[in-house]
Amino acid sequence: MNTVLESPKTKAAARFAQLLASDKRYKILEAHIKKFQHRQDALIEVLHKAQELFGYLEDDVLRYTAAQLKLPASRVYGVATFYHFFTLKPQGEHNCVVCMGTACYVKGADKILAAVEAQAHIKAGETTPDNKLSLLTARCIGACGIAPAVVYDGTVTPRQTSETALAQINQWVAP
Amino acid sequence: MTLNDLQETKAKELATRKKIVLRCCMAAGCVSSDAKGVKDQLVKAVAEAGLQDEVEVRGVGCMKLCCEGPLVQADPSNALYIKVTPDNAPAIIAALKGGKAALQQADPNSPFFTKQEPIVLANCGLIDPERIESYIAADGYLALHEAIVEMEPKDVLDAIVKSGLRGRGGAGFPTGLKWGTVAKSPGAKKYVICNADEGDPGAFMDRSVLESDPHAILEGMVIAGYAVGADQGYIYCRAEYPLAISRLQNAIRQAKRVGLLGAGIFESPINFNIDIRIGAGAFVCGEETALMASVEGKRGTPRPRPPFPAERGLFDCPTLINNVETFANVAPILRRGVDWFAGIGTEKSKGTKVFALAGKIQNTGLIEVPMGTPLRTIVEEMGGGAPDGGKIKAVQTGGPSGGCIPAQHLDTPVDYESLTQLGSIMGSGGMIVMDDTTRMVDVARFFMEFCMDESCGKCIPCRAGTVQMHHLLVKLLAREANARDLAQLEELCDMVKNTSLCGLGQTSPNPVLSTLRFFRDEYEELLQPDPHAAPQLAAKP
Repeated sequence: MNTVLESPKTKAAARFAQLLASDKRYKILEAHIKKFQHRQDALIEVLHKAQELFGYLEDDVLRYTAAQLKLPASRVYGVATFYHFFTLKPQGEHNCVVCMGTACYVKGADKILAAVEAQAHIKAGETTPDNKLSLLTARCIGACGIAPAVVYDGTVTPRQTSETALAQINQWVAP
Repeated sequence: MTLNDLQETKAKELATRKKIVLRCCMAAGCVSSDAKGVKDQLVKAVAEAGLQDEVEVRGVGCMKLCCEGPLVQADPSNALYIKVTPDNAPAIIAALKGGKAALQQADPNSPFFTKQEPIVLANCGLIDPERIESYIAADGYLALHEAIVEMEPKDVLDAIVKSGLRGRGGAGFPTGLKWGTVAKSPGAKKYVICNADEGDPGAFMDRSVLESDPHAILEGMVIAGYAVGADQGYIYCRAEYPLAISRLQNAIRQAKRVGLLGAGIFESPINFNIDIRIGAGAFVCGEETALMASVEGKRGTPRPRPPFPAERGLFDCPTLINNVETFANVAPILRRGVDWFAGIGTEKSKGTKVFALAGKIQNTGLIEVPMGTPLRTIVEEMGGGAPDGGKIKAVQTGGPSGGCIPAQHLDTPVDYESLTQLGSIMGSGGMIVMDDTTRMVDVARFFMEFCMDESCGKCIPCRAGTVQMHHLLVKLLAREANARDLAQLEELCDMVKNTSLCGLGQTSPNPVLSTLRFFRDEYEELLQPDPHAAPQLAAKP
C-alpha cells in the first residue's frame, strides 16, 4: 500500500505538467513568460496574453501563472479581479461593447444600451444563457469624434442608434 | 546613426516625394469608418490611371475633423474630402486632373483649422506614423541630436525650465521643476514614465498623438532621460487603444534599428530603452503612484505622497512621470528655441493646449490653440456651436475630476488658473459641450457613477463617500429627495474632497460642486417638501 502522501506542491506540478502536455495554449503562455524572464512585474502582461489565448482567466491559468512567476495565488487573483479588462468568466461567442464615455453618453449611448439589454434579456456585463452574446460597456474608447460608438466583435462602429445596434445584435441572438 | 545619416535620410525621403500627395487619415476614428478601404481603393485607382509616378497615397495620422471621417486631403491643392467611401476613389483621382466631381468637401480655411496653432499636432495628418523616415524628414530626432551631442544634461534642464512648460496631464505642475528634482535625487537607477493612460471619458488627444506621431513621444522621452540621468523608460498605455500600442511598438522597433534608441544613441555613451506596459482598464491608474504600482505588476492603488515619485517612485527609484502631450512638447522646444515657445500663450501658462472637442457640437475633433484662447472662440467659432440650432448650456472640462463651465462664462480664457477659479480644471483636455437638452443633475450623477465604479477601495472617504453621493443623486433624480438630502450631499462633497487619499477621490465631488454652483435651480426643482421639517406656525387671524 502506498502510504506516502503526495505533497500539495508535487501535486500541483503534476497538474501543470498534464496541462502543458494536453493544451498547447499553455505552451504558448509558458514561452511568453520566458520572454519576460519570469519577472514578477510582468504579471499584468502575462495575464493579458493569457486572456488573449483562453478568452478568460480560468482558475488553472491563474494558478499556473502564480507558480511560474513565483507569486502567491492571492496576489495573482487580486490583480486579475482589480482590473476591469480581465474577466474570470467565459465570454459569449460574440461581444458587443457599448461605449459609455461622456461624449457617447450625451449623444444617447444609454438608450442604445437599454435597447440591447431589453432585446437580449441580459444586463451589461452578462452573457446570454445560450452563450451567443456578451454585452459589455466601456468607459471611453477614445472615439468621441464619431459618438455614439459601439464595438461589435472588436470592430469599432461609428454613429450608432438603437435601431442599428439591434439590427447587428439580431444577427447573433434570436429575438 | 550620426547627424550626417539623419540629414541623408531626410534628403533621400524628400527626394522620393511625388508631386501630388493624397493623405488618408488612418487614426482610430476614421479607421472605424473604413479608412483602410478608402486607402486601398485610392492606391488601386492611382495604378489604374497610370499615375504611380506622380501621385503618392500616404496613410497619415489624425486630420483633426474627426466627425467628418474618413478624411482625405490632396497636396498641393489642399482640397479636403470628407465622409469618403471606397467608391469615391476614382472621382478623387479624376479631380486631381481638374475634373469636377460630386464629392463632399470641407473648407480647409474655416476657423476650425485656421485658428489652430499646432506644436504638438504639427506632424499630425502630415507624416506617415508607421515610417521613421517620414518623421526624420519633418526634422525629427534633430532635437535629440542637439541635446545629446551638443548640450550638457544641465543645459537641457535649463531650457525646459526657461520655456515655462507645465504638465499637460491636468494639474499643471512646472515640468522643469519636476525634471530638476529627479535629476538631483541620488540613485544609480532612474526611470522615465510616459503616462498614456488617458482615462478621462471624452478625451482622445493622447490617443491621437500616439497614433499620429509616435516618434515625437519617443524623442521627448529620450531627451528627458538624458536630462535626468535615466536609462529606462516605460510607456503606460491603456488597453483600449490597440492601434496606438501597435504604432508605438513599431516606432520603438524602428528607432532601435537605426540606433536612436537602445545602446549608444548617436554613437555616444548614452543608453536609453523604452518598454510598453499595457494598462488593464482602471481609471485610477492615471494617478501617478497607482500607475507605478501597475507598472510593477500590482493592483493599481495609490499611496500617500510624499515621498514623491521624483524621490522614490518606480521600484523605489527616482522616477519622472509626464503626460504624453508634455513629452510631445519637448523636442519642438529644443528645436525651435525656448524664446519661441515662451512667446506663445499667457504669462503663467506657456505654449499651446490640445483639446478634444466633442458632445453636442457641430465640429467634433482635435484642436490645438494657444493658452489663453477664450472658450467662446473654441466652441463657437471653431466648433461651430451646437448642432440643429440648439443652444450651448455648458462646457465640461477635465473629465470626472473637472467641472461644468456655464455659457455665461464662455469668455473665460483657457489657462490653468482661470479654469480653476471657475471650479473646473484644465484636465488632460477633454472638452464636452452640452446643450439645453442636457440635464445637469444627470451629468453629475453620470460622473459620480463613474467615480464610484472606479474608486480603488483603498481609502474610506472615496470608497464609501462616492457610493453615498451617487445614492443621493439617484434619489434626487427620482424626485424623492428633500432639502436635508441636498444639505447632506454638500456635506459629503466637502468631506470626500478634503479627506481622500488621491486625486481621484479628492476631485470626485467636482462635477457635483460645479453644477451646484452654477445650476443650483436644477437641483432645487427636483426637491420634495421635507416631511420632518418643523411645521410652519399658521398665522393667527
